[in-house]
Amino acid sequence: MPRSALTGTRIRERRTLEGLKQADLARTVGISPAYLNLIEHNRRRIGGKLLVDLARALGVELSVLTEGADVPLMEGLQDAASNAVARTRPAGRKAAVEPEAERAEEFAGRFPGWAELVVAQRDRITVLERRIEALNDRLAHDPFLSDSLHEVLSTVTAIRSTAGILNGMGEIDREWQARFHRNLYEDSQRLAQGSQALVSYLDSVGQSEDTLSSPLEEVEAWLAARDFALPELERGAMPDLTGEGGLRSAPARQLARKWVLRARAEAEKMPLSMVEELISEHGPDPAALAQAAGVDLAAAMRRLASLPAFENRLPTGLAICDGSGALTYRKPLDGFAPPRFGAACPLWPLYQALLRPMVPIRRVVEQQGQPPRRFLAYAIAQPQRPESFEAPEVVEATMLFIPLERLEISPREAEVQGIGTSCRVCARMNCLARREPSMVLEEPEEG
Amino acid sequence: MGKRVLLIEDEPNIIEAIRFILSRDGWVVETHSDGATAVEAVGRKRPDIVILDVMLPNKSGFDILRELRADAEHESRPILMLTARGQKKDRDMAEAAGVSHFMTKPFSNSEMLEMVRRLANGAGEGDG
Repeated sequence: MPRSALTGTRIRERRTLEGLKQADLARTVGISPAYLNLIEHNRRRIGGKLLVDLARALGVELSVLTEGADVPLMEGLQDAASNAVARTRPAGRKAAVEPEAERAEEFAGRFPGWAELVVAQRDRITVLERRIEALNDRLAHDPFLSDSLHEVLSTVTAIRSTAGILNGMGEIDREWQARFHRNLYEDSQRLAQGSQALVSYLDSVGQSEDTLSSPLEEVEAWLAARDFALPELERGAMPDLTGEGGLRSAPARQLARKWVLRARAEAEKMPLSMVEELISEHGPDPAALAQAAGVDLAAAMRRLASLPAFENRLPTGLAICDGSGALTYRKPLDGFAPPRFGAACPLWPLYQALLRPMVPIRRVVEQQGQPPRRFLAYAIAQPQRPESFEAPEVVEATMLFIPLERLEISPREAEVQGIGTSCRVCARMNCLARREPSMVLEEPEEG
Repeated sequence: MGKRVLLIEDEPNIIEAIRFILSRDGWVVETHSDGATAVEAVGRKRPDIVILDVMLPNKSGFDILRELRADAEHESRPILMLTARGQKKDRDMAEAAGVSHFMTKPFSNSEMLEMVRRLANGAGEGDG
Protein backbone atom coordinates (compact mmCIF):
# COMPACT_ATOMS: atom_id res chain seq x y z
CA MET A 1 0.00 0.00 0.00
CA PRO A 2 1.49 3.39 -0.85
CA ARG A 3 2.16 5.55 2.19
CA SER A 4 -0.19 8.47 2.48
CA ALA A 5 1.26 11.95 2.62
CA LEU A 6 -0.99 12.94 5.50
CA THR A 7 -0.58 12.16 9.18
CA GLY A 8 -4.27 11.40 9.88
CA THR A 9 -4.45 8.92 7.05
CA ARG A 10 -1.27 7.25 8.26
CA ILE A 11 -2.68 6.88 11.76
CA ARG A 12 -5.76 5.20 10.31
CA GLU A 13 -3.63 2.91 8.13
CA ARG A 14 -1.42 1.93 11.07
CA ARG A 15 -4.37 1.31 13.41
CA THR A 16 -6.07 -0.92 10.84
CA LEU A 17 -2.82 -2.81 10.32
CA GLU A 18 -2.55 -3.39 14.07
CA GLY A 19 -6.17 -4.58 14.20
CA LEU A 20 -7.10 -1.92 16.73
CA LYS A 21 -10.56 -0.44 17.01
CA GLN A 22 -10.89 3.32 16.82
CA ALA A 23 -12.59 3.41 20.24
CA ASP A 24 -9.77 1.39 21.86
CA LEU A 25 -7.01 3.56 20.46
CA ALA A 26 -8.92 6.71 21.42
CA ARG A 27 -9.31 5.46 24.99
CA THR A 28 -5.60 4.59 25.23
CA VAL A 29 -4.54 8.13 24.34
CA GLY A 30 -7.32 9.80 26.29
CA ILE A 31 -9.47 11.30 23.55
CA SER A 32 -12.98 10.58 22.28
CA PRO A 33 -13.49 8.18 19.36
CA ALA A 34 -15.24 11.00 17.49
CA TYR A 35 -12.17 13.21 17.82
CA LEU A 36 -9.88 10.40 16.68
CA ASN A 37 -12.18 9.92 13.72
CA LEU A 38 -11.76 13.58 12.79
CA ILE A 39 -7.98 13.24 13.10
CA GLU A 40 -7.90 10.11 10.97
CA HIS A 41 -9.88 11.88 8.27
CA ASN A 42 -7.45 14.81 8.36
CA ARG A 43 -10.14 17.15 9.62
CA ARG A 44 -8.19 18.15 12.70
CA ARG A 45 -4.56 19.19 12.87
CA ILE A 46 -2.45 17.08 15.18
CA GLY A 47 0.92 17.56 16.79
CA GLY A 48 2.74 17.72 20.10
CA LYS A 49 2.04 15.28 22.93
CA LEU A 50 -1.07 13.69 21.37
CA LEU A 51 0.88 12.72 18.28
CA VAL A 52 3.67 11.25 20.44
CA ASP A 53 1.05 9.29 22.47
CA LEU A 54 -0.60 7.94 19.32
CA ALA A 55 2.76 6.86 17.90
CA ARG A 56 3.55 5.06 21.18
CA ALA A 57 0.12 3.40 21.29
CA LEU A 58 0.55 2.22 17.70
CA GLY A 59 4.09 1.00 18.46
CA VAL A 60 5.80 3.10 15.82
CA GLU A 61 8.40 5.83 15.72
CA LEU A 62 6.96 9.33 15.49
CA SER A 63 8.65 9.76 12.14
CA VAL A 64 6.60 6.88 10.67
CA LEU A 65 3.51 9.01 11.13
CA THR A 66 4.99 12.31 10.17
CA GLU A 67 8.12 12.05 8.07
CA GLY A 68 7.62 13.41 4.62
CA ALA A 69 4.15 14.67 5.51
CA ASP A 70 3.56 16.94 2.62
CA VAL A 71 3.97 20.41 4.05
CA PRO A 72 4.70 21.98 0.64
CA LEU A 73 1.44 20.48 -0.68
CA MET A 74 -0.54 21.97 2.19
CA GLU A 75 1.16 25.34 1.85
CA GLY A 76 0.55 25.20 -1.88
CA LEU A 77 -3.15 24.54 -1.34
CA GLN A 78 -3.44 27.34 1.21
CA ASP A 79 -1.66 29.70 -1.12
CA ALA A 80 -3.86 28.69 -4.06
CA ALA A 81 -6.96 29.34 -1.93
CA SER A 82 -5.59 32.71 -0.87
CA ASN A 83 -4.85 33.72 -4.47
CA ALA A 84 -8.27 32.55 -5.63
CA VAL A 85 -9.97 34.69 -2.99
CA ALA A 86 -7.84 37.71 -3.93
CA ARG A 87 -8.64 37.30 -7.64
CA THR A 88 -12.35 36.69 -7.38
CA ARG A 89 -13.15 39.42 -4.91
CA PRO A 90 -12.93 42.80 -6.64
CA ALA A 91 -13.17 45.98 -4.57
CA GLY A 92 -14.57 44.62 -1.34
CA ARG A 93 -17.21 42.37 -2.89
CA LYS A 94 -17.48 38.99 -1.25
CA ALA A 95 -17.28 36.07 -3.65
CA ALA A 96 -20.37 33.82 -3.75
CA VAL A 97 -18.32 30.70 -3.00
CA GLU A 98 -14.86 30.75 -1.52
CA PRO A 99 -12.44 27.85 -1.17
CA GLU A 100 -12.78 26.18 2.23
CA ALA A 101 -9.16 26.87 3.20
CA GLU A 102 -9.61 25.39 6.68
CA ARG A 103 -10.46 22.02 5.06
CA ALA A 104 -7.39 21.88 2.82
CA GLU A 105 -5.91 18.98 4.78
CA GLU A 106 -9.10 16.97 4.46
CA PHE A 107 -9.23 17.72 0.76
CA ALA A 108 -5.61 16.61 0.27
CA GLY A 109 -6.31 13.45 2.25
CA ARG A 110 -9.41 12.47 0.32
CA PHE A 111 -8.35 13.62 -3.13
CA PRO A 112 -4.54 13.62 -3.26
CA GLY A 113 -4.46 13.66 -7.07
CA TRP A 114 -6.75 16.67 -7.30
CA ALA A 115 -4.76 18.42 -4.56
CA GLU A 116 -1.53 17.92 -6.48
CA LEU A 117 -3.25 19.23 -9.60
CA VAL A 118 -4.50 22.37 -7.81
CA VAL A 119 -0.97 23.10 -6.56
CA ALA A 120 0.53 22.42 -9.99
CA GLN A 121 -2.02 24.81 -11.55
CA ARG A 122 -1.20 27.39 -8.91
CA ASP A 123 2.50 27.10 -9.81
CA ARG A 124 1.69 27.39 -13.51
CA ILE A 125 -0.49 30.48 -12.95
CA THR A 126 2.28 32.07 -10.90
CA VAL A 127 4.83 31.47 -13.67
CA LEU A 128 2.45 32.86 -16.32
CA GLU A 129 1.68 35.90 -14.21
CA ARG A 130 5.36 36.58 -13.83
CA ARG A 131 5.82 36.32 -17.58
CA ILE A 132 3.01 38.79 -18.19
CA GLU A 133 4.50 41.09 -15.58
CA ALA A 134 7.92 40.84 -17.22
CA LEU A 135 6.46 41.56 -20.68
CA ASN A 136 4.44 44.50 -19.36
CA ASP A 137 7.49 45.81 -17.63
CA ARG A 138 9.51 45.41 -20.80
CA LEU A 139 6.92 47.26 -22.90
CA ALA A 140 6.62 50.06 -20.37
CA HIS A 141 10.21 50.50 -19.27
CA ASP A 142 12.57 48.80 -21.69
CA PRO A 143 14.90 51.62 -22.72
CA PHE A 144 15.82 49.95 -26.02
CA LEU A 145 12.19 49.51 -27.04
CA SER A 146 11.32 53.05 -25.99
CA ASP A 147 14.30 54.56 -27.84
CA SER A 148 13.63 52.46 -30.95
CA LEU A 149 9.98 53.47 -31.13
CA HIS A 150 10.89 57.10 -30.58
CA GLU A 151 13.51 56.91 -33.32
CA VAL A 152 11.05 55.34 -35.79
CA LEU A 153 8.28 57.84 -35.02
CA SER A 154 10.62 60.83 -35.21
CA THR A 155 11.95 59.66 -38.57
CA VAL A 156 8.43 59.06 -39.88
CA THR A 157 7.50 62.59 -38.75
CA ALA A 158 10.45 64.07 -40.63
CA ILE A 159 9.61 62.06 -43.77
CA ARG A 160 5.95 62.98 -43.62
CA SER A 161 6.63 66.70 -43.20
CA THR A 162 9.33 66.76 -45.87
CA ALA A 163 7.22 64.77 -48.35
CA GLY A 164 4.29 67.09 -47.62
CA ILE A 165 6.43 70.12 -48.41
CA LEU A 166 7.62 68.64 -51.70
CA ASN A 167 4.19 67.47 -52.67
CA GLY A 168 1.82 70.21 -51.56
CA MET A 169 3.52 73.54 -51.01
CA GLY A 170 3.79 74.84 -54.59
CA GLU A 171 6.97 76.16 -56.14
CA ILE A 172 10.15 75.47 -54.16
CA ASP A 173 13.70 76.69 -54.89
CA ARG A 174 15.92 74.13 -56.56
CA GLU A 175 18.35 74.41 -53.68
CA TRP A 176 15.62 73.68 -51.10
CA GLN A 177 14.24 70.90 -53.26
CA ALA A 178 17.66 69.22 -53.38
CA ARG A 179 18.01 69.65 -49.64
CA PHE A 180 14.63 68.05 -48.94
CA HIS A 181 15.33 65.19 -51.35
CA ARG A 182 18.58 64.52 -49.52
CA ASN A 183 16.74 64.64 -46.16
CA LEU A 184 14.13 62.21 -47.47
CA TYR A 185 16.83 59.81 -48.59
CA GLU A 186 18.67 60.02 -45.25
CA ASP A 187 15.49 59.60 -43.24
CA SER A 188 14.35 56.63 -45.33
CA GLN A 189 17.71 54.97 -44.58
CA ARG A 190 17.29 55.69 -40.87
CA LEU A 191 13.75 54.36 -40.93
CA ALA A 192 14.86 51.13 -42.61
CA GLN A 193 17.61 50.57 -40.05
CA GLY A 194 15.39 51.50 -37.11
CA SER A 195 12.58 49.20 -38.26
CA GLN A 196 14.95 46.29 -38.79
CA ALA A 197 16.45 46.74 -35.34
CA LEU A 198 12.98 46.87 -33.82
CA VAL A 199 11.81 43.72 -35.63
CA SER A 200 14.97 41.82 -34.60
CA TYR A 201 14.44 42.90 -31.03
CA LEU A 202 10.78 41.85 -30.98
CA ASP A 203 11.77 38.52 -32.54
CA SER A 204 14.28 37.93 -29.76
CA VAL A 205 11.61 38.70 -27.16
CA GLY A 206 9.39 36.04 -28.72
CA GLN A 207 12.20 33.48 -28.72
CA SER A 208 12.99 34.06 -25.07
CA GLU A 209 9.35 33.67 -24.05
CA ASP A 210 9.99 30.48 -22.11
CA THR A 211 12.92 31.93 -20.19
CA LEU A 212 11.13 34.90 -18.77
CA SER A 213 11.01 33.49 -15.26
CA SER A 214 13.79 35.19 -13.35
CA PRO A 215 17.46 34.39 -14.01
CA LEU A 216 17.77 33.59 -10.29
CA GLU A 217 15.15 30.84 -10.58
CA GLU A 218 16.96 29.42 -13.57
CA VAL A 219 20.26 29.35 -11.67
CA GLU A 220 18.61 27.77 -8.64
CA ALA A 221 17.02 25.07 -10.77
CA TRP A 222 20.39 24.41 -12.38
CA LEU A 223 22.11 24.15 -8.97
CA ALA A 224 19.29 22.03 -7.54
CA ALA A 225 19.74 19.55 -10.40
CA ARG A 226 23.35 19.22 -9.17
CA ASP A 227 22.40 18.88 -5.50
CA PHE A 228 23.78 22.41 -4.96
CA ALA A 229 27.32 21.06 -5.25
CA LEU A 230 29.75 21.44 -8.14
CA PRO A 231 32.45 18.72 -7.91
CA GLU A 232 34.44 20.42 -10.72
CA LEU A 233 35.30 23.23 -8.34
CA GLU A 234 37.17 20.85 -6.02
CA ARG A 235 39.85 20.48 -8.67
CA GLY A 236 39.84 24.13 -9.69
CA ALA A 237 37.87 23.54 -12.90
CA MET A 238 34.76 25.40 -14.08
CA PRO A 239 31.45 23.60 -14.64
CA ASP A 240 29.94 23.79 -18.12
CA LEU A 241 27.29 26.51 -17.92
CA THR A 242 26.15 26.24 -21.52
CA GLY A 243 26.23 22.57 -22.57
CA GLU A 244 23.53 19.95 -22.17
CA GLY A 245 21.53 20.66 -19.02
CA GLY A 246 23.17 24.11 -18.89
CA LEU A 247 21.60 27.51 -18.45
CA ARG A 248 19.52 28.78 -21.33
CA SER A 249 19.41 32.52 -20.81
CA ALA A 250 22.38 34.86 -20.90
CA PRO A 251 21.40 36.71 -17.68
CA ALA A 252 21.19 33.36 -15.83
CA ARG A 253 24.62 32.34 -17.13
CA GLN A 254 25.99 35.69 -16.03
CA LEU A 255 24.54 35.21 -12.55
CA ALA A 256 25.73 31.59 -12.33
CA ARG A 257 29.22 32.55 -13.44
CA LYS A 258 29.48 35.09 -10.64
CA TRP A 259 28.32 32.50 -8.11
CA VAL A 260 30.60 29.78 -9.47
CA LEU A 261 33.70 32.00 -9.51
CA ARG A 262 33.14 32.89 -5.89
CA ALA A 263 32.49 29.24 -4.98
CA ARG A 264 35.64 28.15 -6.81
CA ALA A 265 37.78 30.67 -4.92
CA GLU A 266 36.23 29.46 -1.66
CA ALA A 267 36.82 25.81 -2.56
CA GLU A 268 40.47 26.66 -3.12
CA LYS A 269 40.78 28.33 0.29
CA MET A 270 38.77 25.59 2.03
CA PRO A 271 39.74 22.30 0.36
CA LEU A 272 37.37 19.38 0.87
CA SER A 273 39.94 17.38 2.90
CA MET A 274 40.29 20.28 5.35
CA VAL A 275 36.53 20.77 5.65
CA GLU A 276 35.95 17.02 6.18
CA GLU A 277 38.52 16.97 8.96
CA LEU A 278 37.03 20.02 10.66
CA ILE A 279 33.50 18.64 10.45
CA SER A 280 34.56 15.35 12.02
CA GLU A 281 36.19 17.33 14.85
CA HIS A 282 33.83 20.28 15.41
CA GLY A 283 30.72 19.43 13.42
CA PRO A 284 29.53 21.78 10.66
CA ASP A 285 30.58 24.92 12.52
CA PRO A 286 31.17 27.91 10.21
CA ALA A 287 33.14 29.76 12.89
CA ALA A 288 35.66 26.91 13.24
CA LEU A 289 35.98 26.66 9.47
CA ALA A 290 36.37 30.43 9.05
CA GLN A 291 39.09 30.53 11.67
CA ALA A 292 40.98 27.55 10.29
CA ALA A 293 40.87 28.81 6.70
CA GLY A 294 41.27 32.52 7.43
CA VAL A 295 38.07 33.43 5.62
CA ASP A 296 35.01 35.39 6.68
CA LEU A 297 31.97 33.72 8.22
CA ALA A 298 29.74 34.13 5.18
CA ALA A 299 32.32 32.41 2.98
CA ALA A 300 32.51 29.51 5.45
CA MET A 301 28.69 29.21 5.44
CA ARG A 302 28.54 29.20 1.64
CA ARG A 303 31.26 26.55 1.53
CA LEU A 304 29.46 24.32 4.05
CA ALA A 305 26.30 24.57 1.96
CA SER A 306 27.96 23.62 -1.32
CA LEU A 307 30.07 20.60 -0.42
CA PRO A 308 30.00 17.58 -2.70
CA ALA A 309 28.80 14.30 -1.18
CA PHE A 310 31.06 12.64 1.41
CA GLU A 311 30.51 10.31 4.33
CA ASN A 312 29.80 12.82 7.14
CA ARG A 313 28.10 15.47 5.05
CA LEU A 314 25.04 16.83 6.81
CA PRO A 315 22.05 18.34 5.03
CA THR A 316 22.48 22.11 4.92
CA GLY A 317 20.25 24.89 3.66
CA LEU A 318 21.35 28.37 2.71
CA ALA A 319 19.59 31.68 2.20
CA ILE A 320 21.26 34.89 1.11
CA CYS A 321 19.63 38.30 0.85
CA ASP A 322 20.72 41.76 -0.12
CA GLY A 323 20.29 44.93 1.91
CA SER A 324 16.67 45.29 0.76
CA GLY A 325 15.87 41.85 2.16
CA ALA A 326 15.33 40.35 -1.31
CA LEU A 327 16.45 36.73 -1.41
CA THR A 328 19.30 36.32 -3.87
CA TYR A 329 20.03 32.64 -3.17
CA ARG A 330 17.84 29.84 -1.86
CA LYS A 331 18.96 26.33 -1.06
CA PRO A 332 15.94 24.73 0.62
CA LEU A 333 15.82 21.81 3.02
CA ASP A 334 12.98 19.47 3.84
CA GLY A 335 10.87 21.47 6.31
CA PHE A 336 12.58 24.80 5.58
CA ALA A 337 11.87 26.12 2.11
CA PRO A 338 12.45 29.83 1.50
CA PRO A 339 9.49 31.23 -0.48
CA ARG A 340 9.89 31.36 -4.25
CA PHE A 341 7.98 34.60 -4.60
CA GLY A 342 7.36 37.44 -2.21
CA ALA A 343 8.98 38.20 1.10
CA ALA A 344 10.00 35.64 3.70
CA CYS A 345 9.50 35.60 7.48
CA PRO A 346 11.11 38.67 9.10
CA LEU A 347 11.96 36.58 12.17
CA TRP A 348 14.54 34.56 10.31
CA PRO A 349 18.02 35.08 11.77
CA LEU A 350 18.95 36.17 8.23
CA TYR A 351 16.96 39.37 8.65
CA GLN A 352 17.90 39.80 12.31
CA ALA A 353 21.52 39.75 11.10
CA LEU A 354 20.72 42.46 8.57
CA LEU A 355 19.78 44.74 11.46
CA ARG A 356 23.20 44.30 13.06
CA PRO A 357 25.88 44.02 10.37
CA MET A 358 29.02 42.07 11.32
CA VAL A 359 27.39 40.58 14.43
CA PRO A 360 27.24 36.79 14.06
CA ILE A 361 23.96 35.18 15.10
CA ARG A 362 23.43 31.55 16.12
CA ARG A 363 19.86 30.52 16.93
CA VAL A 364 17.77 27.40 17.12
CA VAL A 365 14.68 28.09 15.05
CA GLU A 366 11.46 26.15 14.78
CA GLN A 367 9.66 26.05 11.45
CA GLN A 368 5.99 25.32 11.52
CA GLY A 369 4.79 22.08 10.07
CA GLN A 370 3.57 18.68 11.04
CA PRO A 371 5.48 18.12 13.18
CA PRO A 372 7.35 21.40 13.70
CA ARG A 373 10.95 21.12 12.55
CA ARG A 374 13.92 22.62 14.35
CA PHE A 375 17.09 23.89 12.76
CA LEU A 376 20.31 25.40 13.98
CA ALA A 377 20.74 28.64 12.05
CA TYR A 378 23.91 30.69 11.69
CA ALA A 379 23.63 34.15 10.17
CA ILE A 380 25.74 37.19 9.51
CA ALA A 381 25.41 40.37 7.45
CA GLN A 382 28.62 41.65 5.93
CA PRO A 383 29.34 44.68 3.78
CA GLN A 384 30.52 43.89 0.27
CA ARG A 385 34.03 45.07 -0.56
CA PRO A 386 33.60 48.76 -1.52
CA GLU A 387 34.89 49.90 -4.91
CA SER A 388 35.87 53.34 -3.64
CA PHE A 389 35.48 55.68 -0.68
CA GLU A 390 32.51 57.31 -2.40
CA ALA A 391 30.73 54.05 -3.25
CA PRO A 392 27.50 53.33 -1.34
CA GLU A 393 27.68 50.60 1.30
CA VAL A 394 26.27 47.33 -0.01
CA VAL A 395 25.39 44.63 2.52
CA GLU A 396 24.72 40.94 2.03
CA ALA A 397 23.28 38.67 4.72
CA THR A 398 23.89 34.93 4.73
CA MET A 399 22.13 32.22 6.75
CA LEU A 400 23.15 28.59 7.00
CA PHE A 401 20.64 26.17 8.52
CA ILE A 402 21.07 22.55 9.59
CA PRO A 403 18.38 20.15 10.91
CA LEU A 404 18.74 20.06 14.69
CA GLU A 405 18.00 16.35 14.85
CA ARG A 406 21.32 15.76 13.07
CA LEU A 407 23.28 17.69 15.69
CA GLU A 408 23.96 16.91 19.32
CA ILE A 409 22.22 19.98 20.68
CA SER A 410 19.32 20.14 23.13
CA PRO A 411 18.23 23.75 23.49
CA ARG A 412 15.99 25.01 26.27
CA GLU A 413 12.51 25.92 25.01
CA ALA A 414 13.14 29.61 25.74
CA GLU A 415 16.07 29.54 23.35
CA VAL A 416 14.00 28.36 20.41
CA GLN A 417 12.84 31.06 18.01
CA GLY A 418 9.57 30.26 16.26
CA ILE A 419 9.58 31.26 12.62
CA GLY A 420 7.51 30.69 9.48
CA THR A 421 7.92 30.70 5.72
CA SER A 422 5.92 33.79 4.86
CA CYS A 423 3.01 35.49 6.60
CA ARG A 424 0.27 34.32 4.23
CA VAL A 425 0.81 30.64 4.99
CA CYS A 426 1.97 30.99 8.59
CA ALA A 427 -0.30 29.91 11.44
CA ARG A 428 1.81 31.40 14.22
CA MET A 429 -0.54 33.23 16.57
CA ASN A 430 0.08 36.74 17.94
CA CYS A 431 3.21 37.23 15.90
CA LEU A 432 4.60 40.73 16.35
CA ALA A 433 6.33 40.54 13.00
CA ARG A 434 3.17 39.70 11.04
CA ARG A 435 2.79 42.10 8.10
CA GLU A 436 -0.38 40.64 6.60
CA PRO A 437 -3.16 38.37 7.82
CA SER A 438 -2.63 34.65 7.58
CA MET A 439 -5.05 32.63 5.57
CA VAL A 440 -4.58 29.63 7.82
CA LEU A 441 -5.55 31.55 10.96
CA GLU A 442 -8.99 32.77 11.81
CA GLU A 443 -8.31 36.14 13.38
CA PRO A 444 -11.17 38.34 14.56
CA GLU A 445 -11.62 41.51 12.57
CA GLU A 446 -11.09 44.70 14.51
CA GLY A 447 -13.93 47.13 15.12
CA MET B 1 8.12 91.71 -39.04
CA GLY B 2 6.10 88.53 -38.55
CA LYS B 3 5.35 86.82 -35.30
CA ARG B 4 8.15 84.81 -33.77
CA VAL B 5 8.16 81.14 -32.95
CA LEU B 6 10.84 79.29 -30.96
CA LEU B 7 11.14 75.67 -32.03
CA ILE B 8 12.78 73.53 -29.32
CA GLU B 9 13.56 70.25 -31.10
CA ASP B 10 16.68 68.14 -31.61
CA GLU B 11 15.91 66.28 -34.87
CA PRO B 12 17.64 68.31 -37.65
CA ASN B 13 15.34 67.22 -40.47
CA ILE B 14 12.18 67.92 -38.46
CA ILE B 15 13.64 71.36 -37.61
CA GLU B 16 14.30 72.00 -41.28
CA ALA B 17 10.80 70.98 -42.37
CA ILE B 18 8.99 72.98 -39.68
CA ARG B 19 11.20 75.99 -40.24
CA PHE B 20 10.39 75.91 -43.97
CA ILE B 21 6.64 75.51 -43.45
CA LEU B 22 6.34 78.28 -40.87
CA SER B 23 8.70 80.66 -42.69
CA ARG B 24 6.54 80.38 -45.79
CA ASP B 25 3.57 81.35 -43.65
CA GLY B 26 5.34 84.52 -42.54
CA TRP B 27 6.73 83.40 -39.16
CA VAL B 28 10.18 84.21 -37.91
CA VAL B 29 11.50 80.84 -36.78
CA GLU B 30 14.27 80.46 -34.23
CA THR B 31 15.49 77.10 -33.01
CA HIS B 32 17.04 75.56 -29.92
CA SER B 33 18.11 71.94 -29.45
CA ASP B 34 19.35 71.51 -25.87
CA GLY B 35 16.87 70.75 -23.09
CA ALA B 36 19.15 72.03 -20.32
CA THR B 37 19.20 75.62 -21.61
CA ALA B 38 15.73 75.71 -23.17
CA VAL B 39 14.05 77.70 -20.37
CA GLU B 40 16.78 80.28 -20.54
CA ALA B 41 16.38 80.45 -24.36
CA VAL B 42 12.64 81.13 -24.03
CA GLY B 43 13.36 83.90 -21.51
CA ARG B 44 15.93 85.47 -23.78
CA LYS B 45 14.03 85.25 -27.07
CA ARG B 46 10.49 85.85 -25.71
CA PRO B 47 8.76 84.23 -28.70
CA ASP B 48 5.05 84.61 -29.45
CA ILE B 49 4.73 80.86 -29.39
CA VAL B 50 6.92 77.93 -28.32
CA ILE B 51 6.94 74.58 -30.09
CA LEU B 52 8.42 72.11 -27.62
CA ASP B 53 9.51 68.52 -28.22
CA VAL B 54 9.24 66.08 -25.26
CA MET B 55 12.33 63.93 -25.78
CA LEU B 56 15.22 66.38 -25.69
CA PRO B 57 18.83 65.90 -24.68
CA ASN B 58 19.60 66.76 -21.04
CA LYS B 59 16.09 67.70 -19.93
CA SER B 60 12.61 66.45 -20.77
CA GLY B 61 10.04 68.69 -22.43
CA PHE B 62 7.73 68.05 -19.45
CA ASP B 63 10.27 69.52 -17.03
CA ILE B 64 10.84 72.51 -19.31
CA LEU B 65 7.09 73.10 -19.53
CA ARG B 66 6.71 72.97 -15.73
CA GLU B 67 9.56 75.42 -15.22
CA LEU B 68 8.15 77.83 -17.78
CA ARG B 69 4.69 77.75 -16.24
CA ALA B 70 6.13 78.36 -12.79
CA ASP B 71 7.50 81.67 -14.08
CA ALA B 72 4.93 84.48 -14.25
CA GLU B 73 6.49 85.75 -17.46
CA HIS B 74 5.70 82.50 -19.30
CA GLU B 75 2.50 81.64 -17.49
CA SER B 76 0.29 82.33 -20.49
CA ARG B 77 2.78 81.97 -23.33
CA PRO B 78 1.31 79.58 -25.94
CA ILE B 79 3.21 76.30 -25.91
CA LEU B 80 2.57 73.55 -28.48
CA MET B 81 4.05 70.27 -27.39
CA LEU B 82 5.20 67.63 -29.88
CA THR B 83 5.76 64.05 -28.86
CA ALA B 84 6.18 60.56 -30.22
CA ARG B 85 4.69 59.33 -26.93
CA GLY B 86 0.97 59.80 -27.44
CA GLN B 87 -0.31 57.73 -24.55
CA LYS B 88 -3.08 59.13 -22.40
CA LYS B 89 -0.80 59.39 -19.38
CA ASP B 90 1.62 61.57 -21.39
CA ARG B 91 -1.22 63.78 -22.55
CA ASP B 92 -2.55 64.01 -18.98
CA MET B 93 0.91 64.88 -17.70
CA ALA B 94 1.29 67.63 -20.30
CA GLU B 95 -2.13 69.06 -19.52
CA ALA B 96 -1.42 68.98 -15.80
CA ALA B 97 1.81 70.89 -16.47
CA GLY B 98 -0.12 73.56 -18.40
CA VAL B 99 0.42 72.82 -22.10
CA SER B 100 -1.60 74.89 -24.59
CA HIS B 101 -1.90 72.02 -27.05
CA PHE B 102 -0.44 68.53 -27.29
CA MET B 103 0.30 67.06 -30.73
CA THR B 104 1.38 63.49 -31.42
CA LYS B 105 4.06 62.63 -33.99
CA PRO B 106 3.74 62.02 -36.88
CA PHE B 107 1.49 65.02 -37.61
CA SER B 108 0.53 66.57 -40.94
CA ASN B 109 1.98 69.92 -41.99
CA SER B 110 -1.44 71.52 -42.31
CA GLU B 111 -2.47 70.28 -38.86
CA MET B 112 0.66 71.74 -37.28
CA LEU B 113 0.39 75.04 -39.15
CA GLU B 114 -3.28 75.41 -38.28
CA MET B 115 -2.58 74.87 -34.58
CA VAL B 116 0.29 77.36 -34.51
CA ARG B 117 -1.98 80.00 -36.11
CA ARG B 118 -4.79 79.29 -33.65
CA LEU B 119 -2.52 79.42 -30.61
CA ALA B 120 -1.02 82.69 -31.79
CA ASN B 121 -4.53 84.11 -32.06
CA GLY B 122 -5.24 83.20 -28.46
CA ALA B 123 -7.12 79.90 -28.91
CA GLY B 124 -5.86 76.99 -26.76
CA GLU B 125 -6.77 73.46 -25.90
CA GLY B 126 -10.44 72.72 -26.44
CA ASP B 127 -11.18 75.97 -28.28
CA GLY B 128 -12.74 75.97 -31.65
